[in-house]
Amino acid sequence: MLLGVMATLAIPQWVDDFALIQITIYVVMAILAISQAFIWGFSGILCFGQATFFGLGAYTYALAVVNMGESTLPVLLAIALPGMFAVLLGYFMFYGRLSDVYMGVITLTVSLIFFSSVNSTAGPEWRIGNAPLGGFNGIPAIPSINFPGNPEDPLDAVTFFYLCAFSLIAIYGGLRWLISSRIGHVIVAIKENEQRATLLGFDARAFKLFAFTVGGCIAGLSGCFFANWGSFTSPTVFSLGQSAQIIVWVIVGGLGTLVGPIIGCMAIQWLTTQIGTQQTFNSNLVLGVILVVFVLLVPKGIIPSLGDVLQKLFGKKVAKGEDA
Amino acid sequence: MDLALIVSVQVLYAIATLVIISSGLAVIFGMMRVINLAHGEFLMLGAYSAIFATKAGVNIWVAMLVVAPICVGLFGIVVERLIIRHLYGRMVDTMLATWGLSLLCVGLVTSLIGNTTSGVSTPEGSFSIGAYSVSLYTMALIVIAVLLLLAIRWVLRSTDWGLIARGTMQNPGMADVLGISPTRVYSITFAVGAALSGLAGGLLAPVSGVVPTMGGSFIAKAFITVIGGGSSILAGTVSASALFGLINQLATFITTPVFGEVALFIAAVVMLRMLPQGITGRFFKGSL
Amino acid sequence: MSTVPLIETRNLNMRFGGVHATRDVNFKLSDGELRCIIGPNGAGKSTFFKQLTGQLRPTSGQVLFRGQDITGCQPHVPARLGIGIKTQVPSLFNGLSVWENVWLSACRVYPKAKALEVTRDTLERVGLTNLQKSTAGMLAHGQRQWVELAVVIAADPGLILLDEPAAGMSDQEVRRTADLILEINKSHALIVVEHDMSFIRMIAKMVTVFHQGAILTEDLPDAVMNNPTVRQVYLGKKAA
Repeated sequence: MLLGVMATLAIPQWVDDFALIQITIYVVMAILAISQAFIWGFSGILCFGQATFFGLGAYTYALAVVNMGESTLPVLLAIALPGMFAVLLGYFMFYGRLSDVYMGVITLTVSLIFFSSVNSTAGPEWRIGNAPLGGFNGIPAIPSINFPGNPEDPLDAVTFFYLCAFSLIAIYGGLRWLISSRIGHVIVAIKENEQRATLLGFDARAFKLFAFTVGGCIAGLSGCFFANWGSFTSPTVFSLGQSAQIIVWVIVGGLGTLVGPIIGCMAIQWLTTQIGTQQTFNSNLVLGVILVVFVLLVPKGIIPSLGDVLQKLFGKKVAKGEDA
Repeated sequence: MDLALIVSVQVLYAIATLVIISSGLAVIFGMMRVINLAHGEFLMLGAYSAIFATKAGVNIWVAMLVVAPICVGLFGIVVERLIIRHLYGRMVDTMLATWGLSLLCVGLVTSLIGNTTSGVSTPEGSFSIGAYSVSLYTMALIVIAVLLLLAIRWVLRSTDWGLIARGTMQNPGMADVLGISPTRVYSITFAVGAALSGLAGGLLAPVSGVVPTMGGSFIAKAFITVIGGGSSILAGTVSASALFGLINQLATFITTPVFGEVALFIAAVVMLRMLPQGITGRFFKGSL
Repeated sequence: MSTVPLIETRNLNMRFGGVHATRDVNFKLSDGELRCIIGPNGAGKSTFFKQLTGQLRPTSGQVLFRGQDITGCQPHVPARLGIGIKTQVPSLFNGLSVWENVWLSACRVYPKAKALEVTRDTLERVGLTNLQKSTAGMLAHGQRQWVELAVVIAADPGLILLDEPAAGMSDQEVRRTADLILEINKSHALIVVEHDMSFIRMIAKMVTVFHQGAILTEDLPDAVMNNPTVRQVYLGKKAA
């Protein structure tokens, strides 16, 4: 974590604004990655539609800030609304004791439903307050986050970077703390053996709902930052491709760690940008191949596998600091 | 009176569509308890097969009913051998791998064909009910859906292979002991499921724009129908399609097709809260 | 001194489709009592346990714990009320250490500092202190049974249900388990399901015999062993 803080402070000194903006999006997506890492790797919740909360965060911020003019409340709403939806969806899934397979499908389908619903709202009759939903055109010219209370003072590129990066660090730290707390231990135990946890008196449904909501809120914040970053949002935030990417980040980085998916996210983001510059390989194709290859051959992901390799080479326990 | 008839036809059509697009998925789910996330792409491949066959001069009905299923069925065999076989028992991993496969297919087809919409026109003909006209193709699909269900029922109930498949579904270990290789059964089933999905794609090619990403628009409904239906292939598909098709169509009449789908989904989620194993987890238990 | 039974079932019935797994079972256990339940395979013993812990909802009838109706409640509730169960197949947090397994049980009941103390004491009581850092999934079967025992007693439940605690153990391990159970019985009530007759003899004061989902008889161990109906049920008509 200390490394992270130091890196955050150092980066703007070395790179120009343009590169900083590129790095910022990596950081924003890393926040999304960490939300999935937490709910899947530590809570054992199979959510194939984390893009739902990402998209809800982006749209909530966009619609709220266009209507309100000042950004502080919209940011809070962008965290709260996805959270509330997570509670609602989570209630139906966990209190119905849905199996893993069903849960994966339902969460995936939710994101698809949002995608097609929002996509169809292109007409001018679709608006919330002053803000048109825009349908497949998206919502352009979204006002940026400003210093609290002062709408005339939006954040510049460097400050925005600091906001995103320190948020990532804070969230990482917060999750680490949560995992090591009593609640965190119970959540991990439920993932390990739900029956045993229940027989010890823990209501697994409530704990899973809690974890799922935390994940939803974090993803919502990421969405809010995303809408800010591009001053634009469109239904693709809810898309199948977006959910798939998040899954790939975690699989590649390592299910069961927090750092792994962050690295996986940045690596894949970099890769997709590179692919975008050439014509031969389509990014879907590459992502698909990566996913299949990793599931078949490197199921643990990069970070844990690296840890294993290092352990074999050096024969002693490598202090990963990221034990699930 | 005419309106009532038209509405009934539309409802039946909605149900028939659900049956057609879900049957392949239901077969694989019923057998392996896995949701094949590449289902939409099997559909897409079927649609493209039908289009290419038609453009090459094959009769459209043959293209849809023969070429599409065979092509995708063969593809299914390849997929099963390369990917699915290595992940037996690992349900989540199978879902992940099929998701990767889905991305792969979309990417591959987009690279080869590009993003333009292809199409093939509906076989001609319509007839009137009062002031409204109904396309013959709509009726054809309804009939095909029924025939499909009957065919599946016949295979499962009355053929040797169907019996073997059902036995393996219920108890793979026992099947093994009896000299039936569950792996072989699974690979045939996966291929059949793929073929059915290809058939669906072929049948829907005339009524929807065919793009590499078309899978995405069908999978939501297909997934919901299959898991809402539960583990019984036939009873599940029929009951879920009937229920959700009705809700979808009614909601579509009141609002828009998109919100019709939303209504379908909400109905499914609420239903799953009460029947977490799907309809056939509680009713018609143990039926086909 | 309370005369309300610790746990009681009234006309408990459980049907699975065509199978009548529990038939009109009226069972009573007093505070501090140790009862053994025996019966041939398929007699419905584990099914009976599951209805006590909320894992199964009875088709009809009632389960009362300290007079409170807990029939068909959510499965985490009986544990909170004071019922602990060691399941037939050891159910542990396999990826976690022995210490963490026991601690999780204790931490639900006790505040932080006390939970650590209780964990330490429980591990000592069961004799697992030297194994506390081992990963639970890596231990031998007998040791896993003891870990689960430790996990259950760490929460200090008023009633402990043990489903085949001596299964798969060597003679020495069986002896140790029996001693443990007797020691635990000094402060907790227990219901033990077992097949091993010699083990039953080591611990039992009263034995309930289940057969085809119903209670066949309830008596002292020796009386039960010599009961001709019991022998018939276990050994078949010829040996009776």
